[in-house]
Amino acid sequence: MLGKLTWAAIPFDQPIPLFAAALVGVVIIGVLAWITFKGWLPYLWQEWITSVDHKRIGIMYILLAMVMLLRGFSDAIMMRSQQALAFHSDGYLPPEHYDQIFSAHGTLMIFFVAMPFVIGLMNFVMPLQLGVRDVAFPTLNSVSLWLTATGALLVNISLVVGEFARTGWLPFPPLSEITYSPGVGVDYYLWSLQISGVGTVLTGVNFVTTVLKIHAPGMTYMRMPIFCWTTLAANLMIVAAFPILTATLAMLLLDRYLGFHFFTNDGGGNVMMFMNLIWAWGHPEVYILILPAFGVFSEVVSTLSGKPLFGYRSMVMATMAICILSFTVWLHHFFTMGAGADVNAIFGITSAIIAVPTGVKVFNWLFTMYGGRIVYSTPILWSIGFMVTFVIGGVTGVLLAVPPADFVLHESLFQVAHFHNVIIGGVLFGAFAGYTFWFPKAFGFRLHEGLGKAAFWCWIIGFYVAFMPLYVVGLMGMTRRMQHYDVAAWRPWLLIAAGGAAIILAGIILQVAQLAVSIRRREELRDLTGDPWNGRSLEWATPSPPPAFNFAVLPRVEGRDAYWAIKQRARQQGKLSEAPGYTDIEMPRNSPTGFICAFFATFMGFALVWHIWWLVALAAFGAYATFVVFAWRDRVEYIIPADVVARIDRANRSARSEALAHMEATP
Amino acid sequence: MSAFEAAAGRGNFDRIGHDRESWDRRYPPQEAVGGLLSKRIIVGYGFWIFLLSDIIMFSAFFATYAVLVGATAGGPSGRELFNLHNVGIETACLLLSSFTCGLASIGARMNRGSLFYGAMAATCILGAAFLFIEVHEFVGMVAQGAGPTRSAFLSAFFALVGCHGLHVTAGLLWLLTMMAQVFAKGYRADILRRVLCFGLFWHTLDIIWVAIFTVVYLMGAGQ
Repeated sequence: MLGKLTWAAIPFDQPIPLFAAALVGVVIIGVLAWITFKGWLPYLWQEWITSVDHKRIGIMYILLAMVMLLRGFSDAIMMRSQQALAFHSDGYLPPEHYDQIFSAHGTLMIFFVAMPFVIGLMNFVMPLQLGVRDVAFPTLNSVSLWLTATGALLVNISLVVGEFARTGWLPFPPLSEITYSPGVGVDYYLWSLQISGVGTVLTGVNFVTTVLKIHAPGMTYMRMPIFCWTTLAANLMIVAAFPILTATLAMLLLDRYLGFHFFTNDGGGNVMMFMNLIWAWGHPEVYILILPAFGVFSEVVSTLSGKPLFGYRSMVMATMAICILSFTVWLHHFFTMGAGADVNAIFGITSAIIAVPTGVKVFNWLFTMYGGRIVYSTPILWSIGFMVTFVIGGVTGVLLAVPPADFVLHESLFQVAHFHNVIIGGVLFGAFAGYTFWFPKAFGFRLHEGLGKAAFWCWIIGFYVAFMPLYVVGLMGMTRRMQHYDVAAWRPWLLIAAGGAAIILAGIILQVAQLAVSIRRREELRDLTGDPWNGRSLEWATPSPPPAFNFAVLPRVEGRDAYWAIKQRARQQGKLSEAPGYTDIEMPRNSPTGFICAFFATFMGFALVWHIWWLVALAAFGAYATFVVFAWRDRVEYIIPADVVARIDRANRSARSEALAHMEATP
Repeated sequence: MSAFEAAAGRGNFDRIGHDRESWDRRYPPQEAVGGLLSKRIIVGYGFWIFLLSDIIMFSAFFATYAVLVGATAGGPSGRELFNLHNVGIETACLLLSSFTCGLASIGARMNRGSLFYGAMAATCILGAAFLFIEVHEFVGMVAQGAGPTRSAFLSAFFALVGCHGLHVTAGLLWLLTMMAQVFAKGYRADILRRVLCFGLFWHTLDIIWVAIFTVVYLMGAGQ
């Protein structure tokens, strides 16, 4: 009846996961009870869970990322403290638990923190910047969101029911084969990534179509903000790379479930084929994460320096060059495979070459800031912190791209320090810069500046204190994923690194406080004009928060920095342009399709992990039926009447007129 | 926030809107100076992107097959297993179904029920015949001890060809759903777009089959 699932699956003998799960359970039940008690459930269902509005979907993606960041970071704290304690001792985490923690940490941070964060930002910002009303396929967008949430849920269920993979964030065979990992941990990993991977591919399809096909009048490709270009590049890479991941994980699943021989030691299986396939996805993946962050920095640096971006064309070229080159470097993840000096040399050279377009970008940002009137608010602090940190991470990356050096440093903590250097210093700082930058657009009030700056300083100092020592111990020969060790020379560095993690913890606490304080003081932090940063691109032409339809009338774009040009014209003429004629706007109706589909996908994933075959069939039928019901709808759109549009737009225009008058009074 | 919530008070303004292309109302034609395209183009374009991603997934299976084709682990090779006669019939079924699928698209565009339903039914029968022969082949191979667990070569073979077979199965389910939908709802704009996507999907399966036929069967039987 329940397949492999028995009471033995609940780890009653392990206090840490049980306690953590109980805590999470209490928090979830508490939040649900609070929402029900307050009578917010209908609002939540109608306005958020079933929403197909790209802005709300984006916000929900980012919320998911932030919650998962807390989970992933608690794993990080446990690893750092374990290594700080486990000198000549076993520490407090037994090996089988420690292995699950580092596997879960990597999986969560890449797939359920970094990915949802950048996809959330792209969702929220890109249609606004293009001057349009939604993405190409709004309901599909909701499906993507909820399938991603399903994946995250499955990973977290594994905390209490069964176990998670002990194979690292990528399940390398033969360790991940059924012979050596007979438990359900790897299956949890595989099914959660397969399900969320479907969501990611659909996002890629949706966003590529949107950027290439749906624009405001006059928004030609070479007038798009850089963030839209990086969105395009990242999603092209999603479309080209994620199917490889799906195929690779499917092969491992076939090995584990049906006794196939893709990656087994016997039957002619080829383990190194897994390495090639997984990294043919894995290396583009890191650029899928970093390119949107580059886009955020481009917008932030240009806006907060009060200058157009330096070298727009070279920025576009560099972005698209990275998009292509990222598919030519995957072998540098396993130089030690023994492919021979020639193959290693070629991939070493391509890996070094990909640093060139990135270097172009860094110089462009620096030249944009040069001579600008820089406003030192939180988003630009994250950007400057990124530029310094990411360059260091890039240099160590080029070092690792040299095969002889890689032979020494492969799988050492030096390598761990390198990729945290670029992912924290690049992706995460970019995500935080974007979060601070667009928060007022999303909610109508700014985030508290003082707490934001304090959080930034804790993060950047904590990062250096936590990871620079790892470079050192890596050079001293310490390999990654060690549960305990007995080399005395490593100990002080690992103690320092644990201190760094504590400083980062302070940064996270400050960020939570920043959000709480900002919500409480939202009246004094209110963004009245919709243009809090003196912005340049079209999202700042909308009120904060933007109405469901974004633009009352689609803006006409005549050059780059479209909203800046509109503002300049208004300034020269001393008034806004003539009020347009308003018409009815038709928008897509909300749909529970995504949520219900993910509901069934969750059961299906869980049933597949535990071999509950009747539930698999039932859930698959449910998901299919959901789509048929969706396809059978007759009313797919609703109309916002012209007078409602006019009322909303007049409020926006009067706020801007006042701002214009104020600007003229104080030149 | 008040104006926003008023605007978000959806549902109040609901109206049936398929008398005219709703997309045109979201983006009225007078605004469509640059870059705005009809929904039909956008849906078709998006579906092509999806199909490209599907083709990349197949390419991973093809690459795997190419790596493992010699890894028979002492078991049978393609030369001993493949029956080109059956595969030829299979191929003819699928290619012919692509033709009837094209006829169904024309029938849908011309609102001619006889052509649409007839051609869709023919596509369905041909697709089912293809699947029947394929399953028959698989069952025969398993029966003679050449199942996917026998060797890495056979794992790769069953995964690649089976993945295509699963796509055909899903396509048949989609086909029947489309027929039911046209029957229930008529040739509405959104349904015609789905018919367009279904056609693209079915033709893509044909393209992939041509590659399988060449790389797996012709090259395998010739070795």
